[in-house]
Amino acid sequence: MEKIIDIQHLNKSFGNNEVLKDVNFSVNKGEVVCLIGSSGSGKSTLLRCVNLLETPSGGEIIYKGENILKDLKSVEAYRTHLGMVFQQFNLFNNLDVLTNCTVGQVKVLKRSKEEAKEKALKYLEIVGMSAYKNAKPRQLSGGQKQRVAIARALAMDPDVMLFDEPTSALDPEMVGEVLKVMRMLADQGNTMLIVTHEMEFAKEVSDRIVFMDKGVIVEEGHPSEVLVNPKHDRTKEFLKRTLA
Amino acid sequence: MSLETILTILENNWEMFLRGAYMTLAIAIISTIIGAFIGFFIGIMHTIPMKKKSFKSMILKTFNFVLTVYVEVFRGTPMIVQAMVVFYGLASYGLELDRFIAALVVVGLNTGAYMAEIVRGGIVSVDKGQYEAAQAVGMNHLQIMIYVVLPQVARNILPATGNQLVMNIKDTAVLSVISVTELFYQTKSVAGANFKFAESFFIACMIYLVMTFTATRILRWVEKRLDGPEAYKMEVVRKPENIM
Repeated sequence: MEKIIDIQHLNKSFGNNEVLKDVNFSVNKGEVVCLIGSSGSGKSTLLRCVNLLETPSGGEIIYKGENILKDLKSVEAYRTHLGMVFQQFNLFNNLDVLTNCTVGQVKVLKRSKEEAKEKALKYLEIVGMSAYKNAKPRQLSGGQKQRVAIARALAMDPDVMLFDEPTSALDPEMVGEVLKVMRMLADQGNTMLIVTHEMEFAKEVSDRIVFMDKGVIVEEGHPSEVLVNPKHDRTKEFLKRTLA
Repeated sequence: MSLETILTILENNWEMFLRGAYMTLAIAIISTIIGAFIGFFIGIMHTIPMKKKSFKSMILKTFNFVLTVYVEVFRGTPMIVQAMVVFYGLASYGLELDRFIAALVVVGLNTGAYMAEIVRGGIVSVDKGQYEAAQAVGMNHLQIMIYVVLPQVARNILPATGNQLVMNIKDTAVLSVISVTELFYQTKSVAGANFKFAESFFIACMIYLVMTFTATRILRWVEKRLDGPEAYKMEVVRKPENIM
């Protein structure tokens, strides 16, 4: 299987606080990987290191055979290959729904306005938000915003979609509509790396589960192994508390 | 002080008052615009992310230091003194500025110093998530500023900018010290000729009030226009659930 992202010996510290310690893991094409673990375990930091929103303190990130931290010419060009969905949605407040999905395509990928609009509408349709294309972010509910954010990321045609706790800021009622979209994307064979607290969802969609604790990957494998028959005590403890 | 006297003064000197008011408005508006540009420029310069210890960042730091000195000097000294220093100072070096130009320079630079802080505050107050989302789509710093951050800053600082305009309308009165023929200077001439000081300055007072009040109303209207309508147009009437 083709490795899209390969992370080797990744370290990250904020001051004296070591958040990630020698993390090694990779994401293959078409794979859905879920990162789980308690708050402060470093899973969000790991995800943010992948697209360099956080600069790693050490280690290597290999994207399709290219060593990103060493040979990187343009951070911006690299980031266009990764679609990011944030916990707080982060839609551009000054732009309407459609323009949120086209501005990156036009200004960064230099696509024509028509092409960008067509693509944006296609993905807005997929997430069920095309009817709201003229709305401003402040006029939408949390779940609607998050679905637009997913469309915005998809419209850039990324190789990997990164999700940073996409449902953690949503009302319980709206979690479902976002997970539904994500499930569909997983079924379509998109490569996805998801940080989540939704255990049921993780169990259902992921090809691989990575459990992190205190900046280290404790255990990884198929959901049926990690979630059903965990090997490590720390994993068992975590699952007992979250699934109870 | 009688209404009759006031009307007589107006009848005999309306042209003087009108010319003065026109001058006052012209200086206030133009220099607020100049100041806004200066403010945006400095605000942007002060928020450029810097890599540690590079040659570029050294230059930028030095340049920003000069800008800070400018801001502190102009915020920390009275405009009436600045007007004297600029006009007579330059004149002593043989550079005789046109009085109107000198007025624009003084009020413009003064406004710029205040606007720099207002804009910097505006940029800092834009949610960090907006930058991160823009970075994640692959935008560089300039693109993030132009398409995402500055439009939001412009909207957010509009009330403060309006305040600055109102202050400029009033504060141009100090320019009479360098014989700029604005409203205060004209009123002094009128009063000097008819010795009706109270009535003449009462008229000036009313004209100032009308100008500042109108300016405030117009800016409120612009704010409302920029916010757009509360309702948005739905494009297709179809329930999102049916699409997925």
